[in-house]
Amino acid sequence: MLLLALDTATPAVTAAVHDATSVLCTSSTVDARRHGERVAPMVQQVLAQAGVGARDLTDIAVGVGPGPFTGLRVGLMTARTLALVTGARLVGVCTLDVLARAVATQGANADAPFLVACDARRKEVYWAGYDGEGRRVDGPAVDRPVALAARLDAAPGPSAGVFGRGGQLYADVLPAAGGPLDPDAAVLAGAVLSDAVPLLAAEPLYLRRPDVTMPGQQQAQPPDGRLP
Amino acid sequence: MLGIETSCDETGVGLVRGNTLLADAVASSVDEHARFGGVVPEVASRAHLEAMVPTVERACVEAGVRLDDVDAVAVTSGPGLVGALLVGVAAAKALALGFGRPLYGVNHLVAHVAVDQLEHGPLPEPCLALLVSGGHSSLLLVDDVTKDVQSLGATIDDAAGEAFDKVARLLGLPFPGGPHIDAAARDGDPASIAFPRGLTSGRDMQQHRFDFSFSGLKTAVARWVDARARSGEPVPLADVAAAFQEAVCDVLTRKAVAACQAHGIEHLLIGGGVAANSRLRTLVVERAAAAGVAVRVPRPSLCTDNGAMVAALGAQLVERGRAPSALDLPADSAMPVTAVVA
Repeated sequence: MLLLALDTATPAVTAAVHDATSVLCTSSTVDARRHGERVAPMVQQVLAQAGVGARDLTDIAVGVGPGPFTGLRVGLMTARTLALVTGARLVGVCTLDVLARAVATQGANADAPFLVACDARRKEVYWAGYDGEGRRVDGPAVDRPVALAARLDAAPGPSAGVFGRGGQLYADVLPAAGGPLDPDAAVLAGAVLSDAVPLLAAEPLYLRRPDVTMPGQQQAQPPDGRLP
Repeated sequence: MLGIETSCDETGVGLVRGNTLLADAVASSVDEHARFGGVVPEVASRAHLEAMVPTVERACVEAGVRLDDVDAVAVTSGPGLVGALLVGVAAAKALALGFGRPLYGVNHLVAHVAVDQLEHGPLPEPCLALLVSGGHSSLLLVDDVTKDVQSLGATIDDAAGEAFDKVARLLGLPFPGGPHIDAAARDGDPASIAFPRGLTSGRDMQQHRFDFSFSGLKTAVARWVDARARSGEPVPLADVAAAFQEAVCDVLTRKAVAACQAHGIEHLLIGGGVAANSRLRTLVVERAAAAGVAVRVPRPSLCTDNGAMVAALGAQLVERGRAPSALDLPADSAMPVTAVVA
């Protein structure tokens, strides 16, 4: 059993190798505009430092977002192609679940329900809601921070607030609870191996339709702006 | 050599052994763009991600090889749509990394030149290449396809293929416009309307001797059609298509042959999607023959974007001992032709 975990759905690029007993090697960097340059050398590095070859991999787990599309695709394309090369089993994990897992295992939510939010650009956040034990109960979805704040206000019971960059970025309207700010592939790997997160297909969670610029028009999104 | 191409809307995976084409698998998202009248970058990028693995598998089946038989991987690293390029580059890196094979990030335009070796054997060097597609209109002087390529000229506004798309749109023909205009023009009189030839007047020839401009031509066609419609007369579709196509092909071939003569080059190579145009093929052969220049045009499936052209250039890079690219290879949307390999 040898698992490679990676995630490129946020400004971070992160990769880890896990052998079902422990994390053999992990590496992370925050470099929002250079995911395409960072991922492959990082995977090569964690494999080398773990003392294993790519073709020894039996499992690959990749963060499927939601996140900015271009960076997200780099991770997914890397994971899918490596799975083709190695014959490893490929699974996807919601990136917000990885952040939530870190929150819950650190006890940062003090057993209270909480939200995780990432920057979705265009004045919106990608978010998901979790119960006190860190199980996803709402989302993932993309909304304006004010809409998310209204939703929180309407929810019954206490909340530990909004973890992640989304909360930090819109602390003026959201009850920001701080970090972890970026997903960690070591947490991703551990969560997959302990069945702590739902396993998904390695398909991107875009949550938005493509922008379409018609010749001679301003950039526009379809009126509903969201996939069903 | 496995080659991957994702610079626009075609997901191409090709396999070659030296100058021998083994497989050329292409998945196109063109139908998804048709209703928008042009390529939508995000739609193209999403389609590349979905098409890549199945296209790699199809290429292997077509070639009758196993993926781990591949000795090296080449990928278009520019120029093109950056989001689209990144998908192909990520796939190529994962293949190179997974198999421990060298990676070559190559120039899309130069790959359009190199592909001809798959059909007509080793490239004549030096040669001149006229590359015309929906994204490019360039005249290249190729001394060594693996390291010495110069741009003699390029479009200063619309690419030739883009002009075909836009004119097709205003004539009510579907996207992509090239094949539809070509077909409509067959029944038309190219001399019936005198559309302008961009950058061919005296002063333009001093500043832009081997450059192209198709934006004014497109506007002239729009005005002519508009005036005709306003006067209540029917628009002669075949004549407009033929006259427009003649204006494009006239300038392309005239400048290409003139560039050969100016640089003492005896071989002219045509590539890119517009090279499938029947009038361009006829006219270039005619004019080149008159100037004593030999013409090479690959078959249409090799002229449009494909992975085999990338593999063909990759094979040349290996054969001539060029250094491979690093795993942190970036996608470069504006990669100059002077950079054959990144």
